[in-house]
Amino acid sequence: MKLHQYLLDAAHHWPDKVALQEIDGNSMTYEELDTHSNRLRDRLVSLGVQPGDRVGFWLHKSIDAVVTLFAILKAGAAYVPIDPTGPAARNNYILSDCRVAAIVLEKRFETMLGVHDAEEWHPVILSIDEAGDSRQARATPSCNVQEETSFAVSRAGTEDLAFILYTSGSTGKPKGVQLTHGNAVSFVEWCAKTFALTQSDRFSSHAPFHFDLSVFDIFSSVKHGGTLIIIGEEIGKQPHELAQVIADHGITIWYSAPSILSLMAQFGQLETRDYSALRLVLFAGEVFPINHLKLLTKRWPHPLYFNLYGPTETNVCTYHQVRTPIPAEQMEPVPIGKVCSHLEGILLQADGTEAGEGAEGELCIYGPAVTRGYWNLPEQSQGCFVEVDGKKYYRTGDIVREEADGTLRYLGRKDRMIKKRGFRVELGEIEVCLYRHPQIREAAVVALADDSVGMRVHAHIVSMEGKPLSLIDMKTFCSKHIPVYMIPDRFSFHSSLPKTSTDKIDYQTLKTWSGS
Amino acid sequence: MTDQSATMSVIKDYILEEFLPGEDPGQLTPSTPLVSTGILDSLAILKLIAFLEREFDIPIKAHEADEEHLNTLQAICALVDSKRSLVR
Repeated sequence: MKLHQYLLDAAHHWPDKVALQEIDGNSMTYEELDTHSNRLRDRLVSLGVQPGDRVGFWLHKSIDAVVTLFAILKAGAAYVPIDPTGPAARNNYILSDCRVAAIVLEKRFETMLGVHDAEEWHPVILSIDEAGDSRQARATPSCNVQEETSFAVSRAGTEDLAFILYTSGSTGKPKGVQLTHGNAVSFVEWCAKTFALTQSDRFSSHAPFHFDLSVFDIFSSVKHGGTLIIIGEEIGKQPHELAQVIADHGITIWYSAPSILSLMAQFGQLETRDYSALRLVLFAGEVFPINHLKLLTKRWPHPLYFNLYGPTETNVCTYHQVRTPIPAEQMEPVPIGKVCSHLEGILLQADGTEAGEGAEGELCIYGPAVTRGYWNLPEQSQGCFVEVDGKKYYRTGDIVREEADGTLRYLGRKDRMIKKRGFRVELGEIEVCLYRHPQIREAAVVALADDSVGMRVHAHIVSMEGKPLSLIDMKTFCSKHIPVYMIPDRFSFHSSLPKTSTDKIDYQTLKTWSGS
Repeated sequence: MTDQSATMSVIKDYILEEFLPGEDPGQLTPSTPLVSTGILDSLAILKLIAFLEREFDIPIKAHEADEEHLNTLQAICALVDSKRSLVR
């Protein structure tokens, strides 16, 4: 089946139910979402969009953006979400890289749109007024299109591209992860089984639409006839306001990166409000510092907590239910758990053989949710897969260890392992150590080649009080938890750490800070 | 000021200036571990040895450039004093 079938079904079963809710009060029912996305689909088709095309949308997070992405899917095209907070050059690169046939653009971004004079590529620009005000995307279709244009939804075509999500590439240019209807549907169906989602659920939409977490938010909510609470980019970063939104809107299912949950636990005054509706807290995207997770589970003791793990290329591929309360003495981050039932995983060692029990290796994933590769990058795509026993596994680049009970523990990125004085050092392990220090709020560690000492490890720290901490205290503390060769050579203190648009630590920027 | 505390003060100032820029001097006590904490890494140890040899005009043997002899200000002072008594 195709993803938008979820919407057709929901509009049939629950036409009057609120499908989408913006936090300032705008809302839309399933019937309206279906009708408006049909109109915009017709508009796109009348402008020349054809099945198999890509269509970009450069809109801030809003009801209109959801209408738009369903319209694109209904037209048989793949949607390409553009980060509305991203740099213009990067956004224009993405649009041109996948040669979008059309761009649905909010008026205020018009000046950022690059001139597209590439040969044989002339995308149609569909400008709409302020998204969120949502007049234009829902506005009357252009006059030559019949409202009830019959456009049979193809039931086959799970191999068709549904969306392309661009992630940062090691070359410095973003690369487009191609995901098909079948990829996304297999994930959404797994979520349905695993989390027992229902039509009374109220889903948060915290992640930006170019972030793969949004696939769960949008399509799980629509599949089950739930209500999607759309949280804009700005408020999404404000722990106090966000904590208020979760309570006020009776959100039952929260899904985000750990960082904003950490901030809410610390600054959200969670103890002052009623969160009895919240039943499920999902987090993914990076390691949740254990002290912050302890604090959160203390503030919100009743929901179920799941650590979800997986790169955009597979979406969630392992999951672990966190047992609460977390024992005070637990200092290790929670494991990433077991491979999801719709996928298969193996651990490959550097020599290409499978790791035995207890050994560590690179997690490789096979199954229906796995991408076919990157847009227009056949070589890079090929390099990301490895064939074992006739199955094509995606190499996650993450090193994990399988514990005796089959639980997987995340050890770090393959590319964050360095050698220092001959020892293998996992930079993430140093971060875990730093997070145990009571005065440290945020920590990120980078390594730079240095002529005199080989690799130099540099810790970037945000302290609780915002002030620099004693270097002696830092090094003495580290020496109690990690071997001396892992202790950072340099410490720098900042008021905050640079983040990517998906709210992860921006290591590229940190490296340039370290280099200067 | 006694001879030993003068020695310690010279070494402490050097370590603070060279390896702990910006540190509160009060944090560096005679018993603060320096080598086992990585405050003095292998490169820093080489620099410190060169400084001690130059400043106090004493020879330090390779096997003495280790954690046992250099881990605290106290230990470093003891090493320097033992060498100076030999030189005299």
